[in-house]
Amino acid sequence: MVSDKHEELVGRGNREGAQLFRDWFGELSHTAETGGQAAYVFVMGSLNEILKTFDLPVVFPEINSLQTAVRRVAHEYLAEAEDYGYSPDICGYVKADFAMLQRGGDHPMGQVPKPSIAVLTNACNTYIKWAEIWERMFEIPVVTIDIPGTREADGQTWSGHVDFDNDRRYVEAQLRELITTCEEVTGKKFDIDKLREVLHHANGISVGWKKVLELNKTRPSLFNALTDGTIFLGVANGFRGTATGSAYFERLVEEMEYKAEHGIGTLTEELYRLIFVGVPCYPIFRRFNEMFTEWGGTFIHSTYLWFASGGTNRGFEYDTARPIESLAEGVLISVRDAMDSMFHQDRVLADMIEGYHVDGIIYHPIKSCRTVSTGLADARRYLSKHHDVPSLFIESDMMDRRVVSEAQMKNRIDAFFEGLASRRQQATIG
Amino acid sequence: MAYAAGVDVGSTQTKAVIIDENRKIVSRSLIDTGANVIHAAQHAYDLALDNAGQREVEVEYIIGTGYGRYRVTFGNAQVTEISCHGRGAVHLFPGTRTVVDMGGQDTKAIKVNDTGEIVDFCMNDKCAAGTGRFLGAAAAALDIPLNDLGDTALRYTKPVRISTTCTVFAESEVLSWLGKGKKIEDILWGVHQSIASRSAGLLRRVGIEDQVTFTGGVTRNVAMVRAIEERLETKLNISEDSHYMGAVGAALFALDRILSSRSPRDSVEAKA
Repeated sequence: MVSDKHEELVGRGNREGAQLFRDWFGELSHTAETGGQAAYVFVMGSLNEILKTFDLPVVFPEINSLQTAVRRVAHEYLAEAEDYGYSPDICGYVKADFAMLQRGGDHPMGQVPKPSIAVLTNACNTYIKWAEIWERMFEIPVVTIDIPGTREADGQTWSGHVDFDNDRRYVEAQLRELITTCEEVTGKKFDIDKLREVLHHANGISVGWKKVLELNKTRPSLFNALTDGTIFLGVANGFRGTATGSAYFERLVEEMEYKAEHGIGTLTEELYRLIFVGVPCYPIFRRFNEMFTEWGGTFIHSTYLWFASGGTNRGFEYDTARPIESLAEGVLISVRDAMDSMFHQDRVLADMIEGYHVDGIIYHPIKSCRTVSTGLADARRYLSKHHDVPSLFIESDMMDRRVVSEAQMKNRIDAFFEGLASRRQQATIG
Repeated sequence: MAYAAGVDVGSTQTKAVIIDENRKIVSRSLIDTGANVIHAAQHAYDLALDNAGQREVEVEYIIGTGYGRYRVTFGNAQVTEISCHGRGAVHLFPGTRTVVDMGGQDTKAIKVNDTGEIVDFCMNDKCAAGTGRFLGAAAAALDIPLNDLGDTALRYTKPVRISTTCTVFAESEVLSWLGKGKKIEDILWGVHQSIASRSAGLLRRVGIEDQVTFTGGVTRNVAMVRAIEERLETKLNISEDSHYMGAVGAALFALDRILSSRSPRDSVEAKA
């Protein structure tokens, strides 16, 4: 007999997340139809905190693009961009976004408004060239926040360290310039108390996100990091700094704690706990996951949930008593962490293995993103040398179905699981 | 006496092998796969049964492998050819730690341990460069029967360097060398070296460890054997059954299941 509480809680995060997504796109469509202002941002350092303070709706072109792949129409957008002259080797997100803008903002989920401002960081080199396209198309101000990368080979520096404090001041100065630009674009005066409120809500998301990720150490795992995790990630990005987003994560933690307490996992029988490294294969998003769940494998963690949340996984909490300084500190720590999650995956994965009872690691380099794919082979070799965890390397793409071969992929995945099964049997025999 | 069978439905050819409970091969068959995969699987299996001759062969368990493994409709289970080639190679050559399998549409580098368990593997991706198909394209361009490729290539004196890795473009490159007056055997050896180079690259990704066993249909090509040996600077394990290695491995897995069903301990493959 399933209780009312069970009915209410289990799967609530997915249901509410999907609804929030629809609401978000509904708001964007309304903005587009009424000619309202909007800010174009990226997942690694969205600066949502400042943009929300100015009531600017945020557009995440990366999310728009991946949605075209999930909805199986990405190839139409990619073809249009390539017809225009973009190379097949250019980032699929960029091409889908470009084609969508050429269509006047027509997107499968609604209408995307034109940008009034674009804000980016240097976390991905393509961001910079991408924003230059908007700059030319729409003649808008583009603000690039330069985030100094991790300075020490073995990790970050922290507040109190001379390098960190210099870097923080450098970021803070740029944030103040961004505030000035936002004032010019919106015609609104900056309200520091509103920023405090936004930071408070952002804290709710950071704390909740970190907690949700940690709760998946539970056996059986409470959510699938690839499928469910991507929904949570969308809310973490789109609703950052809002009361809605903060409440969502508070309720998500409640759901996960309930599932942990009652041993409710994502699979009927969880046989293999896996980590996913890279960006998902959106053109066959559900099917990709099924190829693992058919074997009793589930993704309990993913580097994607770290870097694509812009480092929110760190759970950094802003000090609302010194908002701009603390925001600079948080941006520095989180965006660095996001970059490190891509570029130093060997260390990140070593951390992830701890406590998560991992049976295997799936590396998924993708053709159209060098930023996340370069270095995966090194990370894998490093990890194999230091940790006895089997891994699989499968290549495809996050957008382009022309380079996604399901039959070849399944063959490799099946062989990987056959190896895991054999390994487990050998371990049992001793 | 218990018998087990493996049916390997490859992109070009389908192989079937029957073994007895002493793991001895009692019968084998080989046919072109053609367009009707289900028919090919059945036909190859029927031939293997026929080839068993006077023996009273009653096969208890059949495993399908290869790209058409799910088309072995009369089979009891499926196992990937990656696992099967590894298992078969270690069975025939117990010292095997690295397997290179070259078939019609892909080349695999497989690292195994002493029980035949797969430690790592790597394959060509979405491209037929460095596979049997590459040889087929060259043979077509030069109008030479596939079976004569190896012997012809080994008569080289001044090999050319084939730069393309694309199977489609290979044909035009071969023709351009012909147009420059190069000898067929020199061009062919260049083709073999090009493929060996691609295979060595795959092998290095999993780590090359002696002994190296060569499996798949291309093992019958003497020039390819030599080209890979020269590239790796090591002797390759090859037997007359190398072409059947996937089916051999599948039959061994099938036998495991027969034997495990007789003992209280469940086999891993049974769960898989």
